[in-house]
Amino acid sequence: MNSRKKNSVTPLSVDNKEFDSIRLTVEGFVTAGFPSPAGDYIDNELNLKALLVRNESSTFFVQVTGNSMQDANIFDGDILVVDKSLNPSKDSILVCFIDGEFTVKRVSKIGKDFFLIPANKEFKPIKIEEGADFRLWGVVTYVIHKIQ
Amino acid sequence: MFALVDGNNFYVSCERVFNPALEGKPVVVLSNNDGCIISRSNEAKALGFKMAQPVYQTKDIIEKHNVAVFSSNYTLYGDMSNRMMKTLMDFSPEVEVYSIDEAFLNLQGITVNLDEYAQRIKSTIQKNIGIPVGVGIAHTKTLAKIANKIGKKSSGFFVIDSEEKRIWALKNTPIDDVWGIGWQYSKMLQQYGVHTAYDFTRLAASWVNQKMTVVGQRTLDELLGTPCISIETIVKAKKNIATTRGFGKKISDVGIISEAVATHAVRCAEKLRRQHSVASYVTIFIHTDPFSTTEKYIYRSVTITLDEPSNSNQNVAQAALLGLKKIFIPNQPYRKTGVIVSGISSENYIQTSIFSTADREKLNKLSQISDSLNSKYGRDKLKLAVQGSSKDWHLKHEKLSPCYTTRWNDLLKVKP
Repeated sequence: MNSRKKNSVTPLSVDNKEFDSIRLTVEGFVTAGFPSPAGDYIDNELNLKALLVRNESSTFFVQVTGNSMQDANIFDGDILVVDKSLNPSKDSILVCFIDGEFTVKRVSKIGKDFFLIPANKEFKPIKIEEGADFRLWGVVTYVIHKIQ
Repeated sequence: MFALVDGNNFYVSCERVFNPALEGKPVVVLSNNDGCIISRSNEAKALGFKMAQPVYQTKDIIEKHNVAVFSSNYTLYGDMSNRMMKTLMDFSPEVEVYSIDEAFLNLQGITVNLDEYAQRIKSTIQKNIGIPVGVGIAHTKTLAKIANKIGKKSSGFFVIDSEEKRIWALKNTPIDDVWGIGWQYSKMLQQYGVHTAYDFTRLAASWVNQKMTVVGQRTLDELLGTPCISIETIVKAKKNIATTRGFGKKISDVGIISEAVATHAVRCAEKLRRQHSVASYVTIFIHTDPFSTTEKYIYRSVTITLDEPSNSNQNVAQAALLGLKKIFIPNQPYRKTGVIVSGISSENYIQTSIFSTADREKLNKLSQISDSLNSKYGRDKLKLAVQGSSKDWHLKHEKLSPCYTTRWNDLLKVKP
């Protein structure tokens, strides 16, 4: 029971002005005198949101608390990009809601039963009991992890 | 063909997306002041909660049935609404956003089976956004509204695509449920024995025109299946913008009221900047409790003309505070104040006053910085000094959910 609680998530934002401002600018400086010869070749600036968010209206950000997914490179405090519109495939990492809590795990069928599979040897798979209030909330597409 | 898509118990449904444990449980959302009930889950409706019912009348039922109660979180509902509307644009090139939770779609040229299309709209919004919606499809917007309402009673969607279905639907629609027929007309019509939408369509067009003007006749044509109201996709910039709030209690202190006025003014300026507009006039009003039987009702208002149209926090707040100074009478038990900006035009066409001393660029920059910091750290983290911090005038808003989708720091507290 406890091990499942170790990985809960918190929905965050996607439609955020702040996010638009995290852009990597590739334009040159404006100089007096000669116009830059690169001026005609300037492309749109790179936009992280465009990279991370494929479906804007169905993408939500959530925050991880807990370490049960660290072998999948998901750590405490990371922000997950979650797309509700996608259908999960076999190895998808999912945000689920089970018995009153959000959790992030892989889901696997073993025999007749479904299990929540952590990515950390210290945690055991959790059987989804029949009659449990289980909902698939969304599919994780990216992890945003702070290095420094 | 037109579709009307609307969110079921929209505000409640938004809360449930981030709180799935509330599915199947009674939930209500309160109005701005935590005063009245403005959104109810089906379970809450079954318990007898009425729309716009003052919440204090329902305290016992809330406790007895453990009803989940939320203050209205318009930041969250607005974002969820945008997501829903954007998704609907995948289903039609012409989407008219009719209100925060409903939209008309022009389905002209859609060749697939309409029942399947309605179902696909419904399941897509449910899956991608998490909001349950109802879909009504018919030849006119007025009939689409009726189809939507009928769908609500069964599978969540309904298509009026034949004469039989149209007549059946009209017979099952009370006259006061018809879009465009207000309660006064519906009272008048009932005196003439018109109780359902079908009864109404049996009236002579000339009679309807005479009694209810051309607007009534348009509704009649629409109910008969002739489209008269087209899709309006161009969002008109708002003609005026108001921010008004009750204090939640009586307040006489000019300092606290000034803070409220300045904060409302800044809110108006933010709204102006969001739609790239500027305003020429700032109106401020203040009043005491209009329903009090013991105190004299006082209502005061004044309109200030700005030196030049503006959308900066400073200019709008300055004008509002000047206005407050002009109308304020000390020692009165004020209940509500508000700021309205009008004379709105595009910020690209500012006519500069010859008396203008404002360094507009600087003010614009300042407002932009304020907007971006406030979006990062939460509203009013950076503010004018006069907005103050006493918060005494603030709304109750005791049961507000986090702004899950618009603030990095607004975390849902989930214990690990």
